[in-house]
Amino acid sequence: MTDLPTSGRTPDDEPAAASTSTATSTPSSAPTSTPTSTPTATPPSAHDASRDRTSGASGGRRFSRRRKAADDDVALGEVILEVTDLKKHFPMHTSGIIRRAADPVKAVDGISFSVRKGETLGLVGESGCGKSTAGRTLLQLLQPTSGSIRYKGKDVTNADPKELRKLRNEMQMVFQDPYGSLNPRQTVGTIIAAPFHIQGIKPEGGIKAEVQRLMERVGLNPEHYNRFPHEFSGGQRQRIGIARAVALRPKVIVCDEPVSALDVSIQAQVVNLLEDLQDEFELTYVFVAHDLAVIRHISDRVAVMYLGKIMELATRDELYENPLHPYTQALLSAVPIPDPRRENKRERILLKGDLPSPINPPSGCVFHTRCPRYREDLSEAERTRCTTEVPVIQGEEDHRVACHFAGPPKVDVI
Amino acid sequence: MSTWASADPVSSGALLAVRDLKVTFPTEDGLVKAVDGLTFDLRAGETLGIVGESGSGKSVTSQAIMGLHRGSRAKVEGQIVFDGRDLLKIVDDDLRRMRGRDIAMIFQDPLSALHPYYTVGNQIVEAYRIHNDVSKAAARAHVIDMLDRVGIPNPQKRIDQYPHEFSGGMRQRAMIAMALVNSPRLIIADEPTTALDVTVQAQILNLLVDLQKEFGSSIIIITHDLGVVAELADNIMVMYGGKAVEGSSADEIFYEAEHPYTWGLLQSMPRIDAVKQARLQPIAGNPPSLINPPSGCAFHPRCAFRDDERLGCSSVVPRFEISDEHPTRCLIPQAERRAIFQTQIETRTA
Ligand SMILES: Nc1ncnc2c1ncn2[C@@H]1O[C@H](COP(=O)(O)OP(=O)(O)OP(=O)(O)O)[C@@H](O)[C@H]1O
Ligand SMILES: Nc1ncnc2c1ncn2[C@@H]1O[C@H](COP(=O)(O)OP(=O)(O)OP(=O)(O)O)[C@@H](O)[C@H]1O
Ligand code: SF4
Ligand SMILES: [Mg+2]
Ligand SMILES: [Mg+2]
Repeated sequence: MTDLPTSGRTPDDEPAAASTSTATSTPSSAPTSTPTSTPTATPPSAHDASRDRTSGASGGRRFSRRRKAADDDVALGEVILEVTDLKKHFPMHTSGIIRRAADPVKAVDGISFSVRKGETLGLVGESGCGKSTAGRTLLQLLQPTSGSIRYKGKDVTNADPKELRKLRNEMQMVFQDPYGSLNPRQTVGTIIAAPFHIQGIKPEGGIKAEVQRLMERVGLNPEHYNRFPHEFSGGQRQRIGIARAVALRPKVIVCDEPVSALDVSIQAQVVNLLEDLQDEFELTYVFVAHDLAVIRHISDRVAVMYLGKIMELATRDELYENPLHPYTQALLSAVPIPDPRRENKRERILLKGDLPSPINPPSGCVFHTRCPRYREDLSEAERTRCTTEVPVIQGEEDHRVACHFAGPPKVDVI
Repeated sequence: MSTWASADPVSSGALLAVRDLKVTFPTEDGLVKAVDGLTFDLRAGETLGIVGESGSGKSVTSQAIMGLHRGSRAKVEGQIVFDGRDLLKIVDDDLRRMRGRDIAMIFQDPLSALHPYYTVGNQIVEAYRIHNDVSKAAARAHVIDMLDRVGIPNPQKRIDQYPHEFSGGMRQRAMIAMALVNSPRLIIADEPTTALDVTVQAQILNLLVDLQKEFGSSIIIITHDLGVVAELADNIMVMYGGKAVEGSSADEIFYEAEHPYTWGLLQSMPRIDAVKQARLQPIAGNPPSLINPPSGCAFHPRCAFRDDERLGCSSVVPRFEISDEHPTRCLIPQAERRAIFQTQIETRTA
């Protein structure tokens, strides 16, 4: 599956993998594209959208509206995306003949943050902490359970299909798995051209020329236009996914582990490409990864997630040099440093046990079952606070922590 | 360390002495030279880290040592001398007896080692009883003890569960328990923590180090993560295109790296401890073909220091001198390599 319906959402109980594709829609300010159609009223399917393209009646009106949207643009450094108490719970059912509702999976459980135009917000945490779900809910590929998402100051949480489709112009996604997210039976040219077809956009000079320009821009040989995904290496496939994501000149890209499957040397190529594209197109990234070194490199600010909640959110260097949450400290301390002499001197903060289930998360602070501070440093009364009272994330704008006993670690963590 | 590998593998005193190991696979497209002339020594109680990009031959090397290419179309040549005996020459029965008892393997994916239809306990008990003539009850007690040691909570109960009832980290620990149940002298760990979260990785690596101390085992750790080898390895071998390009003590590799590919690795890696995040410096290009490898130095098409005129990088094959302390497969003279590393290579150390 490659082409996502332009305004549908993944049903709640569909496996997450089902939405491994780029969300695509009309651009609001793609300078090279000439609008030829009115995709606004089309039903939510790629097929219908492309049919509509051929009717192309009132392109002029769309164009003027699009210009207006561009005028509304937020300036670099201003908040472009704001998320408040966002939750995504997946309903679960008992197995058996009669399916009854069971406790839901609290994949994302009340997260709040804002993203500024042109910056990269890193989302990091262990497998299953809800990073991908957060990214998908942000793009409304998944319907939020509650909470709000504001884009350019406007509440878009319950956007109607028309608004949603416009939103999808401006927000795209790049996925971890270049294999799974590219249709093996389509040529690279067709894959990268898909957003234009779905949205009924005909770029100046034609789609093929534009696609080849994009291929060149992301470091692919434009002559390979007719090749199939399997003829490319992992890094090249990731470039294909990136070309497809930037085709319509989006404003925000959620990158879900875009370099996790790549070798370091290839990973560096793709990271640099993403950085260059960000500068060139003033892109805003929400960058999901579990690799703390990659996150430190690429992010301006970083949010650390655990069991669907944000434990700590700070500017990049603050987070790495002055982590205040016991979970962040343990996470950083667990990363081996490629420097044997320092590595031999380091004292690890080891977490015991496994991640608890997001269906039945621990009471109070969700981290208390594994928290070294809880285990080693607190009095009985203090512990009771951890097990009964949910810590609210608080602090300065550039450094917020959700821990009743936030403070520096006992040992250097990096 | 004095030399990378001794001249005579049998009397070398090493627990494992690999000499000029070659593994080729006949395929429709041609002969794949997956491993092309590897030589190294591994002494008792020591840890060798093998690093290199995807497809460089790391796993094929470990499979060759385990004898897993036997009966396949792969052709394995050279010598793999374990405790004085060449594993490429011994009969299947002997090899089978040694596997699991003297040499054990830990994979990236525990489900490739654990059968889904048998309880975790049954499988480890079996692995133990193949090599030890003990009663079922005694074996079971030993396995419960082992599960406890690898940090599986509630081992009396867990022993009767199936692999799918374990979390990823617990399965990995169960596989380690199975690998270590016979206190093997050599443990080959092929990306043992790559699929795991860092917090679980830290637990598993700690466990490996503790158990190594206890049993005195030697370890070969295969990984693409330079942090992991920095933590565990005494010696490191860097592979590229089926060949070792550089080998030495861990300190030498990190603080006095001599091969342009290793430099590339060190420079392309983002670092968690870097105060300033400078632009990454990727290695240009893509991995080499193993069917038609580049002429001369296999790394030359991607090498930033290539010099055809003066050094003949695209025509002269550089050698890996095993009598050196720090053999490096590069045509740049050693003094010059050292100077380049000191002056031009920014290893991003904080
Ligand atoms: N469609 C779904 N239905 C039910 N549960 C889901 C669904 N998608 C995700 N989950 C669950 O929600 C939680 C968060 O999953 P998510 O994929 O967001 O984690 P993640 O942080 O991206 O993990 P990883 O690092 O492994 O990608 C997990 O417990 C997961 O099993
Ligand atoms: N059975 C086989 N038949 C043909 N080629 C093979 C076979 N097994 C491995 N190869 C090839 O041998 C080369 C080395 O593979 P190997 O698995 O050792 O790489 P690796 O260094 O372990 O890589 P990774 O980091 O991806 O695990 C690869 O090009 C691979 O495609
Ligand atoms: S609130 Fe308590 S349990 Fe949670 S991280 Fe802080 S000290 Fe640990
Ligand atoms: Mg994910
Ligand atoms: Mg491998």
